[in-house]
Amino acid sequence: MRLKLVPSDTSIDFLRHRRIAFVFSLLLVLSSIGLFLSKGLNLGIDFRGGILIEARNSTGPADISGLRRNLESLGLGDISLQGFGAETDILVRVQRQEGDEAAQIAAIHAITASLGEAYDVRRTEFVGPTVGAELAEKGLLAVACALLAIMVYIWFRFEWQFSIAAILALAHDIFSTVGLFALTSFEFNLATVAAILTIAGYSINDTVVVFDRVRENLRRYKSYEITDIINKSLNETLSRTVMTSVTTLLALGAIAVFGGAVLRDFALAMIWGVVIGTYSSIFVAVGFLSRFDIRHQEPDDGVEVPETERS
Amino acid sequence: MLQFQLWKKLLVAVVLLGGVVYALPNLVNGQAASILPGEKINLGLDLRGGSHLLLRVDIDAVRQERLDTIADTIRQEFRGAKIRFSGLDLRDNSVVVKLRDASDADAAQSIINGLGQGVSLTRDNDIYRIAFNDAGMMEMQTQTVQQSIEIIRRRLDPKGTKEPVIQRQGLDRVLVQLPGVDDPEAVKRLLGRTAKLTFQLVDSRMTAAEAIDRGRTPPGTALLRSASDYGRSYVVEKRVMVSGEMLDSASAGIDQNNRPAVNFALNTVGARKFGKVTGDNIGRPFAIVLDGKVVSAPVIQSQIFGSGQITGDFTVAETNELALILRAGALPAPLIVMEERSIGPGLGADSVAAGEIAAVIGLVLVAAYMVASYGLFGALADVALVANIVLIIAALSALQATLTLPGIAGIVLTMGMAVDANVLIFERIREELARGRSVLAAIDGGYQRALSTIVDSNLTTLFAALFLYIFGSGPIKGFAVTLAIGIVTSLFTAVMVTRLLIILWVERKRASKIIL
Repeated sequence: MRLKLVPSDTSIDFLRHRRIAFVFSLLLVLSSIGLFLSKGLNLGIDFRGGILIEARNSTGPADISGLRRNLESLGLGDISLQGFGAETDILVRVQRQEGDEAAQIAAIHAITASLGEAYDVRRTEFVGPTVGAELAEKGLLAVACALLAIMVYIWFRFEWQFSIAAILALAHDIFSTVGLFALTSFEFNLATVAAILTIAGYSINDTVVVFDRVRENLRRYKSYEITDIINKSLNETLSRTVMTSVTTLLALGAIAVFGGAVLRDFALAMIWGVVIGTYSSIFVAVGFLSRFDIRHQEPDDGVEVPETERS
Repeated sequence: MLQFQLWKKLLVAVVLLGGVVYALPNLVNGQAASILPGEKINLGLDLRGGSHLLLRVDIDAVRQERLDTIADTIRQEFRGAKIRFSGLDLRDNSVVVKLRDASDADAAQSIINGLGQGVSLTRDNDIYRIAFNDAGMMEMQTQTVQQSIEIIRRRLDPKGTKEPVIQRQGLDRVLVQLPGVDDPEAVKRLLGRTAKLTFQLVDSRMTAAEAIDRGRTPPGTALLRSASDYGRSYVVEKRVMVSGEMLDSASAGIDQNNRPAVNFALNTVGARKFGKVTGDNIGRPFAIVLDGKVVSAPVIQSQIFGSGQITGDFTVAETNELALILRAGALPAPLIVMEERSIGPGLGADSVAAGEIAAVIGLVLVAAYMVASYGLFGALADVALVANIVLIIAALSALQATLTLPGIAGIVLTMGMAVDANVLIFERIREELARGRSVLAAIDGGYQRALSTIVDSNLTTLFAALFLYIFGSGPIKGFAVTLAIGIVTSLFTAVMVTRLLIILWVERKRASKIIL
């Protein structure tokens, strides 16, 4: 007996709901942009500069409120103190200090001294303002270049309408992921940028699989309506789409639960990305594609109808 | 049509064998490991613990120093050539001087030309402005950064056993990666001072209190503060008796009161100079100056030649560090920490353990789900999945790429995504079977028709990994590397290995029917 989350012969009319999906996606993207502009991102020290110290109490559970009083008395400005993973572990984040780099180093000294002997410092990260700005710039550049390369590749392999639809879907995924980070105030750091790029890779992967099938079916069923071809393609690839999403989610779930506190946020962002990427491949990318008159654009390039059709 | 040429079978066999051989050093230890050709995976600092420091070499300080020297040279040479001048000063990173008499222009010009290629002169009537030009700055930067790297290496790794990465980045930066550091603060203390050591005579014409009152010191002297916190100051002659370059050795020791101190010995040049000055100045105090602050100011009791002792308010650890720094030599310029990421060894080990657990659980879940969905074929895909992980480990070991914590996440993620190629193929085979094709034709067709999709979808992910690698830093680069390696190896295992396994199975069983 095989486990089948999707029955073999589905014929779901995905495009019938494209108007609802379109409105939903539009609202999602607009509210993401709105949240980003109004609430902003909780930028980590990677981009904003600042200090992060992870420490473990060797004598028992961490006394967070006591530590907070001590740390706040240091007068280092905005300090965030939280438990991290185990109950003995804490994470201290301090905003960028006034003054030059030496002032930052002095602040690290002050914090480790304030934690006292019982606390074993496990991780110290300090990013100066110059480096923070550079990392932000590099992160943006990486995302922009990756998007551009993907767009060019899709354009090269498919028609321009596919390329535009794919990029719209990708932008949808990236905006809504950024929106999620603005909404939840999860820390947005270098790992988040890596997660976003991986989400982009996963989402485009998913989109390409559907596009490949649409292109194939366009050639095979020349007399069909475009919406029928698209619906047929979506149904034919649905089983694979679900299968791959589930295996990827299983792997990510393992990282989120067992991979330790450092990787948890990364895995959670990716899990969201897999869900939104799968949704956007079906409803955004293919939804837009269905609005283009792709049949006229599909040149008769002498591609043979696959032999299966002749049998 | 369902042929798998011999060379392809051989290729699969060779690649898998190579994978096992290169992956093995990560499992075995000691004697057995030495006969294997490969090496263990290079763990990133976030996994084995260590310090990552991005330092900026303060070139401005060097430029200021060199301009001071140029100003001194000009003062002396102009006086020697009887050129009358005024307003010799440093302004906006250049030396400015005004000639009193226009007829001295040629003589002044030739003196300035003698300063070297690195400086350029701009003239505004009788005002001369001397500054470093682009070539001069470039040379200064290269030279300063290279000297700094050398000194940093000597300070951090005096025995040459720690394998630190110390490399120049950009124009004026140095990246330091030091594995296995327990105390990152100690590293910063070692790099935190330039350690310019000088011995200078204390001037007795004026006390420090008088100098502060009058707001000036006698010509040729300067007011220096004490290094200890008592707030004392000393009026010290600018002339340097002996400097750190003349040190032959330095070591931690104790003084006659059993307090920690640093013993030093001078080289021949230094010893001769020191002997002469101390012989001429018995009874006068001299200042031991470290980075512009007076560490101590002992009175010269008798002529001192080759060796001496630096006493002060030190702990034993401080004398050890000071001795090490003095042996390594002075940094040409101060270093400024721009970025620091230090991971303790405990956290690194915890991360490796957590990553391993996540990987094993992820693998088991994905493998079980594949078997549940595709039965025997799923099991074959699982074999390929294990082969894929072996190949990723082998590739990381062979390339000596660095495995970071996000890199482990990349491997686990790859496991989820690697089966995608097989899913695509199996779904195609299902479709072909549903169309009523024979087993062999269905398998063959499934592979052929899924291939272009697989290549398209994997290439796009490869683009994302590529740009992550180019623009990413540290751990993120590690993620990009494992992601990219994972894509390539999963293409190979999914397309070649499972295909071979399936063909072997079909040939053996002569299956006329398969359930997928």
